Amino acid sequence: MSNFISSSIGKKLILSLSGLFLITFLLIHLIANLFLLGGSDAFNTAVHFMDTNPVIQIMQPILALGFVVHILYGVIIQLQNWKATPVNYKTVNQKESSKWSARNMIWLGLFVLAFLLIHLGNYFYVMKFAPHDMGSTLVDGVEMHDAYSLVTGLFTNPSFGVIYSIIYIIGFVALGLHLNHAFWSAFQTIGWSNDVWRKRLSTIGTLYAILIAVGFSIIPLYFLFIK
Amino acid sequence: MSAKTINIKLKVWRQKDANSKGGFEDYQLENISTASSFLEMMDVLNEKLVNENKEPVAFDHDCREGICGMCSMFINGRAHGPDTLVTTCQLHMRTFKDGETIVIEPWRTGGFPVIKDLMVDRTAYEKIMQAGGFVSVNTGGVPDANAIPIPKHDADEAMDAASCIGCGACVATCKNSSAMLFVAAKVSQLALLPQGRVEASKRAKNMVAVMDELGFGNCSNTGACEMECPKGISLAHIARLNREFLSANIKG
Ligand code: SF4
Ligand code: FES
Repeated sequence: MSNFISSSIGKKLILSLSGLFLITFLLIHLIANLFLLGGSDAFNTAVHFMDTNPVIQIMQPILALGFVVHILYGVIIQLQNWKATPVNYKTVNQKESSKWSARNMIWLGLFVLAFLLIHLGNYFYVMKFAPHDMGSTLVDGVEMHDAYSLVTGLFTNPSFGVIYSIIYIIGFVALGLHLNHAFWSAFQTIGWSNDVWRKRLSTIGTLYAILIAVGFSIIPLYFLFIK
Repeated sequence: MSAKTINIKLKVWRQKDANSKGGFEDYQLENISTASSFLEMMDVLNEKLVNENKEPVAFDHDCREGICGMCSMFINGRAHGPDTLVTTCQLHMRTFKDGETIVIEPWRTGGFPVIKDLMVDRTAYEKIMQAGGFVSVNTGGVPDANAIPIPKHDADEAMDAASCIGCGACVATCKNSSAMLFVAAKVSQLALLPQGRVEASKRAKNMVAVMDELGFGNCSNTGACEMECPKGISLAHIARLNREFLSANIKG
């Protein structure tokens, strides 16, 4: 077993399974975020539901673990790959043989990580550890935290709202590029691919990447231009 | 096609031996026929160098017909040069323009150290093969070829995998220096056939173990190997290797 975990394919299996787990989480996160478009009460009720739902509470540490494992293994694998190529070519032309996103997964990943840390500081930290910084609001007679104002406040802030929104969108474009390669690649690593499924899986992966990148980007755009 | 001639500039990696540092040397060649192969052009260069009492460029080659896999050159940033589905010996000078500068480097990967100039040591591939790239057979009479029926589709796929010539272009082109396409081809060609199934689990485990041990990198499925492979070995074989390896480990 330990041989398996330390083998190249074993490490990649861990990377792809944790990746698929995070991919699933993204969809749930997107659905929750889209409640923002439904207005203050809809979003606050959704957040309140998640705050009090036991399944979500159990999943939270598991999700954190998923992130840690994925990042850790991604970095370990990349460090080994750099080590495997001690001398670089003077001229390399890989435009025709592979996609840019596939070659730059580590950089896209680290970029998304940087974004994730800002994101956690802005929202997760406040909601989880400093909830009193948020105001409270009454929805149908139930008192709950006003997460809606916290989130939309950052997008609509008169001094840094626009810049914040741009960073937010760039973060999700990077995530979309990461996913564009990641989705199919995860299935390939598990062994669930062949010449037919490869085309199907990479198409689904691209559509999923677009869904995530566009889906999340709609939110700041909505608050900047429409609301 | 009528053959023209072109003048070219070359930037060739020269390295005295495995321990020397090495560097690029510039050369100029005139009136190279566009109908000549890349290796013939290299012969012209070497003849010129010999006439000038200089050390000729060392490069690997053998069959010069695309089947031995020896001609390992990284040309203008691509394994075996700009053409697809060819080895360097099958690359023709008509692929290059008059006056073009051509950069020629050896395979650069930890697994294949440079021996001299453009020659690299590919013993690592032999070691991977020795770990399981074979079927063990008992001596005795040759069994009848038709005694074991094999579905056409399986036979075709096994044949595709078996067309790997062990050239190393997959590793050379891979940004991770991964040998997965080669190992996948070798595992696949046997895993698809009943004779190879007997040792399939052991083979997948042992070949991957040696591949890892020799310091080849981890495959990240960029697909560059498949595009540069002179035999068009498909990434689907890597998926099969992953399946074989995973199920071998689940079985214990
Ligand atoms: S898989 Fe293709 S590129 Fe790799 S060694 Fe075999 S023939 Fe060469
Ligand atoms: S010399 Fe044999 S394949 Fe090129």
